[in-house]
Amino acid sequence: MSKVWKFHNDVDTDQIIASQYLLLPDIEAMKGYTFESLDPDFAKKANPGDIIVAAENFGCGSSREQAPSVLKALGIKAVIAKSFARIFYRNAINVGLLVIVVKDLYDGVEQDDEIELDTVAGVIHAGDKDYACTKLPDMMQQILDQGGLINSLNAEEE
Amino acid sequence: MGNTLIEKIIMKNTGAANVTPGEIVTVNVDRVMIHDIFIPFVADKFKEMGFTKIWDPEKVVLIYDHLVPTSAVEDIRHFKIGDQFVKDYGLTNVHRSDGVCHQLMPEQGYAKPGNIVFGTDSHTTTYGGVSCFSSGVGYTEMASILGTGEMWIRVPETIKVIVNGDLPANVTSKDVILRLIGDLRADGATYKCIEFHGDTFDKMSISSRLTMSNMSIEAGAKAAIFAADAKTAEYSKVALEDIDWIYGDDDASYCQVLEYNAADLVPVTACPSQVDKIKDVAEVAGTKVDQVFIGSCTNGRLEDLAVAAKILEGKKVAPFVKLIVTPASREVYLAASKAGYLSTLIKAGAILTQPGCGLCCGRACGILSDNEVVMATNNRNFLGRMGTSKVQIYLGSPATAAATAVAGVITVPEM
Repeated sequence: MSKVWKFHNDVDTDQIIASQYLLLPDIEAMKGYTFESLDPDFAKKANPGDIIVAAENFGCGSSREQAPSVLKALGIKAVIAKSFARIFYRNAINVGLLVIVVKDLYDGVEQDDEIELDTVAGVIHAGDKDYACTKLPDMMQQILDQGGLINSLNAEEE
Repeated sequence: MGNTLIEKIIMKNTGAANVTPGEIVTVNVDRVMIHDIFIPFVADKFKEMGFTKIWDPEKVVLIYDHLVPTSAVEDIRHFKIGDQFVKDYGLTNVHRSDGVCHQLMPEQGYAKPGNIVFGTDSHTTTYGGVSCFSSGVGYTEMASILGTGEMWIRVPETIKVIVNGDLPANVTSKDVILRLIGDLRADGATYKCIEFHGDTFDKMSISSRLTMSNMSIEAGAKAAIFAADAKTAEYSKVALEDIDWIYGDDDASYCQVLEYNAADLVPVTACPSQVDKIKDVAEVAGTKVDQVFIGSCTNGRLEDLAVAAKILEGKKVAPFVKLIVTPASREVYLAASKAGYLSTLIKAGAILTQPGCGLCCGRACGILSDNEVVMATNNRNFLGRMGTSKVQIYLGSPATAAATAVAGVITVPEM
C-alpha cells in the first residue's frame, strides 16, 4: 500500500524544486527541499513508496529535470495526475519516475489515504473502489524498471 | 489539405512528403542551447551515455546568463564545468557575459527561420518569433542530442490565433499573450503548437513577436511560431525568398481557433501566483508595490526600454519603490545607451543592472521578502520565483511596469 500525497492543479516546477536549490551539487543535496514552498517538511514526511496524486497540468513551468529527479530520489513510487505538462512528462520517463494519467482518481482519494498501484494489471485499488490506469507499453515499463533512459540503453547495448 | 506551419518545418527538416499530428518523427537538430544552470548536468549525462564527441560542435551554443555575475561562491562551479566542457569538446559558440540566452539566440543569428532548435530551458519557445520550431528539453535529452544530432518528437496539433486591427496605444504584445494565456489556461496548449495569424501580428516588430513566443510555454505550448516575412528576413539576415515558405496554409487543419479584435484588448496583468490568473490592470489598479522589474527574455529588449524611458521621461520613481531595469543583452544595453534611454531611466531613479537573467530567476539583483509586492515584466509569477513564497508577483507589460513605478501603485499606463 502507498500513502497518498494530494496536490492541486498546475503544480509548477518551481514548487517542486525552487530555482535557488538547482545550484546544489547533486540531486541528493536537493531532495530535502522538495515542495518547500507548499510544505517545508514534505521531504521529511514523505516515505519511499508514497504516491503523489494531482489534478491537471502537473509539472508545468521550467524544463528542469531536477523536478522529477528529486521525487524519484525521495522514493516517490509514482505521480498520478489528471494531466501532465509536456517537458515534465518526458523528463520523468527519462529519469525513471513513473507518471500515470488517471482522470478520476483525484476526486476519489484524500490526503493520507492508502492506495495500491498495480502497473502490471493496470489498476489502482483505493478503498473499495478500483480505478483503471493505462498499462504502460513494454518498452516504457522496461525503461522505468531499469531506472531511466540511460540505464535502459546501456542494458540494451550489453 | 494543406499543412500547418510547424508541419512544414518538420517536413522540410526530415524530407517527409507529409506529416500529421500524433505521428512520431525523428528530426535533425539545427541548433541547441545550453545555459549555465544545467551545463553540469548535461556534461554528467553526456559522459554517462558514453559519448566521446559532440555530433557537430558548431551547432552547440553555451550561454552563461543565470549566474552572471556570480552572486554566490558555488556559482563558480558551473563556469568551471562549462569551461572544461568547451575545452574537451571544442565548442566555439560560447557567451560568458553577453546577455540572456533567449535574447542572444535570435539576436546573434543562432536560431534562424525554419530551424529546429532545442534548449535546456522551457522558454526556448521564444525563437518562434523568428519562425523557428524551438522547444525546451531536459538535460538527459540534451546530452542525447549532443551525441546524436537527433531528437524524436510527436508532431503536434496546432491552435490558430487570429488578431486583426490596431492595438490601443497602451497595449503591447505582452498584454496580447497574457490575455491568450488567460483564455487558454496554463495547460490549454499542452503538447500543441500555437500559430499566429492576422494583420496585428504582421505589424508587430520581431521583438514583440519574441515576447509572445517566449510566454506561450505558460499555456503549455510546445512551440509558438510566427510566419516569416520581410521583418524576419531583415532581423535574421537571410533572404526573404529563402524563408517565404514558412507560413501555415489556409486549408491546414487546426484543433482550435481563437480570434480577437486588437482594438478590444486592454492592458492586463497576471496576478499572484499563476500566469493564467489574468485580470485587467484597471481591476487591480491602486495596489501598492515595493518593487518594479523591467527586463528578462520576455521584455528586456530595446523597444521595452524605449517604452519605459518614454513613460519615465522627466518623472521620478516613487520614493519607496525600487525600479530595477535589466537589459536583455549587451547589444540591447549599448543601443539603449546610444538612444539615451538609459540616462532617462537613471535620472528617473532606476537601478540599472547588467544584462542577464537577474531577478527573473530569483538569484540576484533584487530578491524580495514576505508580503512584498512586485510588478514585473518577466514571464513567471510562480510561488517563490523572486524570493520567498510569500512575495506577490504581478506580471505586466513594460508600459504597465513603468507607469506603476512612477505611481508606486499598480497603474494603467497612458501612452
